[in-house]
Amino acid sequence: MDFTPNNAERPKTNQEPVVVFERIEKSFFGVKVLQGVSFGVGVGRIVGLVGENGAGKSTLMNLLGGNLQPDAGELRVNGHRYTPRNPKDARAAGIAFVHQELNLFSNLSIAENLFLTDFPLLGIGVPWIDRRALRSRAAELLRQVGLDHSPDTLVERLPAGERQLVEIAKALGAEARVILLDEPTTSLSSRECERLFALVTQLRDRGMALLYISHALGDVLRLCDDLVVLRDGERVGSGATKDFTHDRLVSMMVGRQLNQIYPERRAPIQTGSSESMASPDGGAVLQVDRISQPGIVRDLSFKLGAGEVLGISGLMGAGRSELARILFGLDPFASGEVRLSGELLTGSPRERIRRGLAFLTEDRRQEGLCMEASIADNLALVGLPANSRTPARFLDFTGIQSAVTRMREAVKLSAKATDGQAVRTLSGGNQQKVVLGKWLLMEPKVLLLDEPTRGIDVGAKFEIYQLIHQLADRGAGVLVISSEIEELMGICDRILVMRGGEITGEFRRDDFDRERILAAALHSSKA
Amino acid sequence: MSRIIGSEFFVLFLCLIAFAAFAPFTPGFVSTGNFENLLTACLPLLVLATGQTMVLITGGIDLSVTAIIGLSSVVGALVMGGEQGWLGGSPMAMPVAVAGMLATGALVGLFNGACIAWLRMPAFMVTLTTTMFFSGLAVWLAKKVVNAESIYHLPPAFLALGAQAWMALALAVFATFVAHVLLARTLLGRWLYAVGHNPRASLISGVPVAGVTVGAYVLSGIFAAMAAILLTARLETGSPNHGKALLLDVIGAAVIGGTSLFGGKGKVLWTVYGVLFLSLISNGLNLLNLSDFLITIIKGVVILVAALLDVWRTRFVRGS
Repeated sequence: MDFTPNNAERPKTNQEPVVVFERIEKSFFGVKVLQGVSFGVGVGRIVGLVGENGAGKSTLMNLLGGNLQPDAGELRVNGHRYTPRNPKDARAAGIAFVHQELNLFSNLSIAENLFLTDFPLLGIGVPWIDRRALRSRAAELLRQVGLDHSPDTLVERLPAGERQLVEIAKALGAEARVILLDEPTTSLSSRECERLFALVTQLRDRGMALLYISHALGDVLRLCDDLVVLRDGERVGSGATKDFTHDRLVSMMVGRQLNQIYPERRAPIQTGSSESMASPDGGAVLQVDRISQPGIVRDLSFKLGAGEVLGISGLMGAGRSELARILFGLDPFASGEVRLSGELLTGSPRERIRRGLAFLTEDRRQEGLCMEASIADNLALVGLPANSRTPARFLDFTGIQSAVTRMREAVKLSAKATDGQAVRTLSGGNQQKVVLGKWLLMEPKVLLLDEPTRGIDVGAKFEIYQLIHQLADRGAGVLVISSEIEELMGICDRILVMRGGEITGEFRRDDFDRERILAAALHSSKA
Repeated sequence: MSRIIGSEFFVLFLCLIAFAAFAPFTPGFVSTGNFENLLTACLPLLVLATGQTMVLITGGIDLSVTAIIGLSSVVGALVMGGEQGWLGGSPMAMPVAVAGMLATGALVGLFNGACIAWLRMPAFMVTLTTTMFFSGLAVWLAKKVVNAESIYHLPPAFLALGAQAWMALALAVFATFVAHVLLARTLLGRWLYAVGHNPRASLISGVPVAGVTVGAYVLSGIFAAMAAILLTARLETGSPNHGKALLLDVIGAAVIGGTSLFGGKGKVLWTVYGVLFLSLISNGLNLLNLSDFLITIIKGVVILVAALLDVWRTRFVRGS
C-alpha cells in the first residue's frame, strides 16, 4: 500500500489542509453547540483537539463522519466542498474513525473485520469471497500496524490495545487519508499507548492527516504537531504545540464564562448543626459508606448534609452517573452501604422514592420524560400514588390538577404551554423544568441531579439553580453531577471530584479553584 | 383535512360513511333483524379488542387471546356440561364454570405477563408460542375427557346469556365500561399509559413497570375469558375452536380505532368505534353476497391502512 499522497490530489500548491472546518455552526434544540469554529488538518500533521466535556468535540466529529449536518459554514476535503450525508460518504472521502468504544465485531476474525464493507471477491460473477486474497491483504495491513497475529484470529481474543491497532489497520485498508482518533487511549495500558503513539507518528510521516481527540493533555502535548482548543462551541486557541504548556491548556479549556450567572448562595446549613432535619447522624441526610462495584466505582464514601448542595465533578466515564444510578437502585453494587436519614436504603426505585429520594437523570428524553405524553401527565407521574384512593386506587383528579398547577408555578414553566401539550413540543429548558417539577412535587429529602442544565439556555439554567437552592434551603440534600466546573462552583457548597470510580479531590466553597478541580479530574501526570 | 383525520371521532365518521354507502345498495342492511344480528355478532370482538387495547397501550401485544377463548370454553364446558361435566346438573355448575373460565384467562395472562415482564422475553414471541401451547392443551383436554372436541348440553341458565341478546349486551357493555374506568380513572390506568410511553422513565419515576405489564396481560386474559363466555353461550357448545378467526380482527379493531402499536396511546371508546367499523364492513359485504375470501381481503386492506396511518402519525409526530 502506498501512502505517498497522489500529486494530483495533493493540495500543496494552494497550501490548503486536507480537511478544513470553516465557520461551522450547529445547534441542538435551539442551543448552540458550535459557534463558527474554523480550523484545518494538514498533510503529515497530527492535530490535537482538546476541550472540556460538551465543548463541541463530538459534534465536530459527527459532522465529519456525516452523522450530522452543519447549520452553517462548510467542510472541505482536499479542497473540495464536502457534504457527507452518512458514514459511507465519509469513507468514500478517505476519512476513517477510530473510536473510544471500538467498532469491531468481536465474534468475527481480524480479516473479516478489516474488509467487512469491501470483501475481495472471486471474479466469477457471483459474490463469492476470495478467502486467499482476504487473508493476504489482511496480513499486509497487520504488518503495517505492527501486529503479528494470524488474520483468522477472532477479535474477541485480542486485548484492547491490539483491537485499537486493528481499527487503524481497518482505516488503512479503506485507504483513508485522514484518520480521526477519539480518546484512543482510555482503555490502554501505558505500554499499549506507546505502541499506538509510535504508529500514529509513523502514519504522519507517511503523509496522513490525523485528528487526535483526548483528555489526556500530557499525551496530546507530546504527540501532536498542532493544537486546537475548544470551549463552549468556540475555538479559544490554536497553534503549534510548542506554544502551549499543560497549565496554559487547562486555563484555556476552563476559561471564564462571562455569560453565566449564578444565584447568590446563602450560607448553607452547617453539617452537624442542622435542626430543620434532625437525623441520627448529625444532619447527614445521605451517607454513602464504602460503595464498590468492580469496574465502576471503588470504595466511595461521602456524606450529604441536610440543606447542602454537593457537586460531583469529573470527566465522562469517571463513574459519576453510575454512582447516581447505584444510589437510586437502578444499578447493583457489590459492597458497601447507603443510608438515608440514618436508615439503610435498599429496594427498587419505587421504594426509594417513597423514602424521599429523587433522581433527575442525564438523559431527559430517554429517562426523564414521556415525550409524547402531556405536561400534566408528566408532572403528575411521581405523585400519582399519593393522589389515589384505595381500594381501587381511583385518582383524585382535583388533587392532581392543583398539584400540577402548583408545580407549574413553582418551576416557572412557560405560561404559553398548556397542561395538555405534549412535552416533546417544549424547549429543553421547559422540559427540564417539567422533570424537576415532577420530583419537587414529592418534596424529596435527597435530590440527585445528573447534568441538570445540559442543553438548556442561560435563563432557564438560572431558574433551575434557584430551584436547587430553594430545595436545599428547605432542608433537603442536593447532589449535583455536572461536567461544567463553573456551574458546580457557582451553585454548590462543596465539590467532590471523581476519576476512575474514585474520589480524587474535595473542595469547600471557600477554596474552589477551577484549575485544581480540573487537574484532579484529568487523567494526566500533573494531576 | 388533518383536523378530520386527527379528530377523536374520525373513525365514527367512517362508520357513518360506511353505513350511508351500504344502506341504499345492500338488501336487508337497514332492518331491525340485521341490526340485532350485527350487535350480537360484534360483542365478543368488542370485549376482546377492549382487553387488547390495554395491552397495546403498554406497548405490548397479546396474540394468545384466541387460545384463551378455546381453553376457557373447554374448561367451562367441562365443569358444567350436562353429561360428562364435573358439576353437570348441579345448581353451582354455572357460577363455578364462569369463575373457572375467568381464572383460566387470568392464569394464562399471568403466564404471558411473567415471561414478558420478568424474563424480559418479547411479547410477540411469548404470546405466539403460548397460543400454540394453550390451543393444543384445549383440544387435548376436550379429547381426553369427552373424547370429542365439542362439549354440548350446557345448563340453560348459561345458554340464556347467548339466547337473550340483552344479557350478552349487558355483559359486554359492563366489561367495556370497567375497562374504560380503569384506564381513565385509576392509578393502574395511568401507569399503563406511562409504561407504554416510556418504560425507563416510568421505572425511574417509581412506576412498578413489571407489575403493571403483568397486570395488562392478566386483564387481557380475563377479557378473553369473558369473550369465551359470550361465544360458548351463543354457540351452545364448549369448543377449543371458538374465536379462532378473530385474532386479526381484534388487533385490527383496536388499531383502526387509533390505539397505537407503539404504545402509550389508545382509548376504550376508540376501540368501540373500531369494532363498529370493522363489523359494519363485514356485515355489509356479507349481505352483498361477496365471498368470504373477498371480505377477508378487504378487511385485511382496511387494517393495513390503519396500521400505516399509525406509523405515519407516530413518525410525523416523533420525527419533527
